[in-house]
Amino acid sequence: MIRFENVTKKYGENIGLDNASIHIQKGDFVFLVGPSGAGKSTFIKLILRELKADEGEIYFDDICVTELSNREVPMLRRKAGIVFQDFRLLEKKTVYENVAFAMEIVHKSKKEIRRQVPQILSLVGISDKAYKYPEELSAGEQQRVAIARAIINNPTVLIADEPTGNLDPATAMEIMDLLNKINMRGTTIVMVTHAKNIVDEMNKRVVAIKDGRIVRDAFGLYGFKEEESFEDTEEEIFYV
Amino acid sequence: MFRTMSYNIRQAFAQINRNKAMTFTSVLAITAMMLILGLFFVATININLFAEVVKQDFDMVEIYMEDDATENEIKQVGLTYEANEGVAKVEFRSKEDALEIMKNRWGESGYLLDNLGGNPLPNSLIVYVKDSETAKEVAEGAVKLNGVEDVKFYQETVEKLTQTTNFIQLASLIIMIFLVLVSIVVVSNTIKLTVFARAKEIRIMKYIGATNWFVRGPFFVEGIIIGLIAAALSTGLVALIYDNIMSIIGADIIRILSVPIVPIDYLALNLAIIFVALGVGIGSCGSVVSMRRFLDK
Repeated sequence: MIRFENVTKKYGENIGLDNASIHIQKGDFVFLVGPSGAGKSTFIKLILRELKADEGEIYFDDICVTELSNREVPMLRRKAGIVFQDFRLLEKKTVYENVAFAMEIVHKSKKEIRRQVPQILSLVGISDKAYKYPEELSAGEQQRVAIARAIINNPTVLIADEPTGNLDPATAMEIMDLLNKINMRGTTIVMVTHAKNIVDEMNKRVVAIKDGRIVRDAFGLYGFKEEESFEDTEEEIFYV
Repeated sequence: MFRTMSYNIRQAFAQINRNKAMTFTSVLAITAMMLILGLFFVATININLFAEVVKQDFDMVEIYMEDDATENEIKQVGLTYEANEGVAKVEFRSKEDALEIMKNRWGESGYLLDNLGGNPLPNSLIVYVKDSETAKEVAEGAVKLNGVEDVKFYQETVEKLTQTTNFIQLASLIIMIFLVLVSIVVVSNTIKLTVFARAKEIRIMKYIGATNWFVRGPFFVEGIIIGLIAAALSTGLVALIYDNIMSIIGADIIRILSVPIVPIDYLALNLAIIFVALGVGIGSCGSVVSMRRFLDK
């Protein structure tokens, strides 16, 4: 599904990722944890080819990401859905339009859009808010819309960057339930998080990164101390 | 294909609607540039036409005969030059013909010439030459012949005129190129502002997997629409200004000076074609240039 083979990425003198190898299987639910600057952002940016690896190979399905031309990058990204901590919804569009927008981008017909959008909104439990604008929704509801938008085109992988970072614990758990539900449908999930309680509660595969190295890859607990996990504020992953 | 096109057009209009002030600024800037460009163009065309018409006199030497020159003398002068290799033909123009030609040239104001009493114009021989050397030779020789009162030929004037028009053409070309470049910069900056306003949306589009052309499409169409509006406005304005200048000068004066003027219909059509091409070019180039930085990732 996603395979890193001895991948190294440097930013000048600083190391983003150091000789990392990992294999994420289809249908996996993987937490990516670690202190700020550990290399989690680099990991995701490399998958989406926002950054190019200095050394090593990255495979996404059967695509060799490291050898993709710029023109082919959009096709790669269509295989992945992305959810951000700050939702990144378009404020001037309604919930329905925000989700439909993702389908327009991949040239889906109006008929398909009309058929699929309500289905997805129902799946994420927000059908009754279809014609509301993002500012009229709670944070949890906005994140549901963002998830709907991320999965509307049936991506093979859903990449979630701190999806619960702006949510209260109860809402965060609701979102985790939703992600779990999506994972059950066969979508691989890669989630970056600092939320120890969530990771511990979910009991999934946890990949811990520190100083650019994968220091642990196992099922179960968060693996970092609480203070280590909350001392940092993650910089915005998708803005260079 | 059709779906993408209709999406782009819908989005472009939505953008224009959302950024009315910015669109207005762009339209205004391009219109201003094209207006100046158009006036230059119109002036250059007329100067060129004027120069061309004057140049036609270049291959012609007019020999004015004295009023008391005999028929034989006139014939003799004609024969002198008909034999010359550099001469295409020699034509006799009687004083009556000359007056008639002048009346025609003056058109509606020709009646003014009816009050002259007598005909002040001389009999003349028009020598059409094949090159400027012969023209000079004919002009210099003719004054010495019997019965010749004066010789008119325009070599120096024409040469000066050619130099002047060449200079004007070059200068307007440079100014026009400069104006086009300025327009592209203005438009790309204006569009850049609308792109900035939508930077978040563009980033999201890119993450969802939109191709660069999908992102660029609406801006491209927006640029074209802005260009088209500016083209329509500037064509109208140039035509209006041109028409006004002509009516201020007055058709009679133009005719009496025997200056040829390019008709407005002909000009407007050509201007419209040039402006549409230019407007669309500036608009679309401006949008593509302004987006480059945003589409790198």
